[in-house]
Amino acid sequence: MASVQTFYLPHFPSNPIYIALFKDVSNASFLRQQLLDANTEFDYAFLDATMILSSTHLLAALFRTLNDSLHNRLKSRTIHSEIVFSLSPNNNIAEAFRRFGISATTNSLIAVKISMSPPSPSNPLSIESVQSHLTRVVQGTQMVFSDETLLGLTDLERLRKVYKLDSGKVGGGGAGKKGRNGKEESVVNGMNGFEDEVDGRLEMESVILGIMALKGS
Amino acid sequence: MTYAPAPAPTAEPAPQTHPTLTLPAPFATSPDPPSLLTQGAEAIIYKISFLTPSTSCALKYRPPKPYRHPTLDKRLTKARLLAEARVLVKCRREGVRVPAVLAADWEAGWVGLEWVEGGTVRGVLDGWVHREEKEGAEGEGGKEKEMLDLMMRVGRAVGRMHEIGVCHGDLTTSNLMLRPFKKGKAKREEKDSTRDTVAPTQSSREAVRAQLAAGKGTVSAERETAMTAESTAPAPAPVTQDTQEGREKEDTAGSPTLAGDIVLIDFGLATQSSHDEDRAVDLYVLERAFAATHPAAEPLFREVLRCYGESYKGARVVLKRLEEVRMRGRKRSMLG
Ligand SMILES: Nc1ncnc2c1ncn2[C@@H]1O[C@H](COP(=O)(O)OP(=O)(O)OP(=O)(O)O)[C@@H](O)[C@H]1O
Ligand SMILES: [Mg+2]
Repeated sequence: MASVQTFYLPHFPSNPIYIALFKDVSNASFLRQQLLDANTEFDYAFLDATMILSSTHLLAALFRTLNDSLHNRLKSRTIHSEIVFSLSPNNNIAEAFRRFGISATTNSLIAVKISMSPPSPSNPLSIESVQSHLTRVVQGTQMVFSDETLLGLTDLERLRKVYKLDSGKVGGGGAGKKGRNGKEESVVNGMNGFEDEVDGRLEMESVILGIMALKGS
Repeated sequence: MTYAPAPAPTAEPAPQTHPTLTLPAPFATSPDPPSLLTQGAEAIIYKISFLTPSTSCALKYRPPKPYRHPTLDKRLTKARLLAEARVLVKCRREGVRVPAVLAADWEAGWVGLEWVEGGTVRGVLDGWVHREEKEGAEGEGGKEKEMLDLMMRVGRAVGRMHEIGVCHGDLTTSNLMLRPFKKGKAKREEKDSTRDTVAPTQSSREAVRAQLAAGKGTVSAERETAMTAESTAPAPAPVTQDTQEGREKEDTAGSPTLAGDIVLIDFGLATQSSHDEDRAVDLYVLERAFAATHPAAEPLFREVLRCYGESYKGARVVLKRLEEVRMRGRKRSMLG
């Protein structure tokens, strides 16, 4: 069975990042309410998985969050709300939550928890503690957080809209007619020679990372 | 930068990979020592790993200039860094091949760029001139054709950039890179005939998965296996796949080839401009760079211009303008 995964960004060796992905989530509005109530047991970034293009997309947001935290530049309340904000193309925090955060109707959920210190016997936070808490509170099917899983979940059309990718060639052209999940479909039409899905998604990812990097400039 | 006294010689010399320069946080704490690539007047370029241990990144760092007023220095650094990053993102949006912007911190003075494999066009030209001199013009007809094909790609790449309203500002042959096609990726125009030979047993979906998982890497059966294993028993940084050595081996394997995409780099002096004059100056700078290589490179540059002229509406007007710019350049060098 799939379980929580631990990631380390190369330049933040003291910050293990725990990531879990759930499908067919049936209690999203309960989970969202815990965040609204600032329930301290729910110190997570709960993301709508359909708004995540790839693991690189999420890792880039995590890098920005940890780097801004390092320089005391967080724009939102906690490091976890900052992850949601980092994904956004603009400075509107409420909008970032509407677009990338969990909503009452979220079906596919990514839970992220950043630890501010490395795992140790004295650190209450561990992969086991995160797993057991999530198992207890999330009603859904846990999946492996991977590009393969995301491939079947991402709402490419919405991502293109949110990051305004239709103005350029990336994600432009006949893209509007593509299915909601974008499964097995090409993102970019053939006009630039980026013809298959991998190229299309990677190309889209490259532009999105740039947009996220320049946010607030 | 501070001037430290020269360290007393010790029995064991320090490893040479660590430059004495400090990197901005958080890169100062890199898992493996970053390698210093170039140190120009404005920027220092390091090769580092970014997001995953297997993803390379060109970190372009503009350190504080001690002789400038700190406030002014910060403002200038920020303005230049953002101008460059914005032009790069604009190019990527519009499908012009440039390194992607992976991250940036304009307060700290750095931008992280997608690592471009391959070498500079300058290197290719030097190698070509060297061979011409050694072997003479005869025999190498195939190579000649390959060179002209490369020039066509250069002309088109510059044309596409100009077409979207970007002028480079420092268009030398060192700022044009030739990135070999990824293994598993054929030349775009020929891809359908070769794609299937690379991963014959994989369905296209599996290929997509492997490639996505490998970042910008290539498809390999071992990696796929490794990845699946890691997914079920997650180790730290489960997205890790290929090693740096793997990448480099791939690059140098086989005979040197001129196949690949032209990728424009170094947009530190770029402007968003559609003026014929700015475009013509770009071409003039490139022409001088070709001329500086060797007189034999002149017919090659003619091919660049020919293909540039056909690459977008408005290109021919720029070629006319180039003649004026040349005249001015000649006059100036006669006076100077
Ligand atoms: N994204 C990249 N990927 C791989 N190599 C790069 C990348 N960016 C730069 N390089 C390497 O570093 C060298 C210098 O980079 P760049 O041209 O951006 O800066 P510079 O040379 O300091 O600027 P200038 O050309 O104005 O002196 C390039 O010739 C290339 O070999
Ligand atoms: Mg350069």
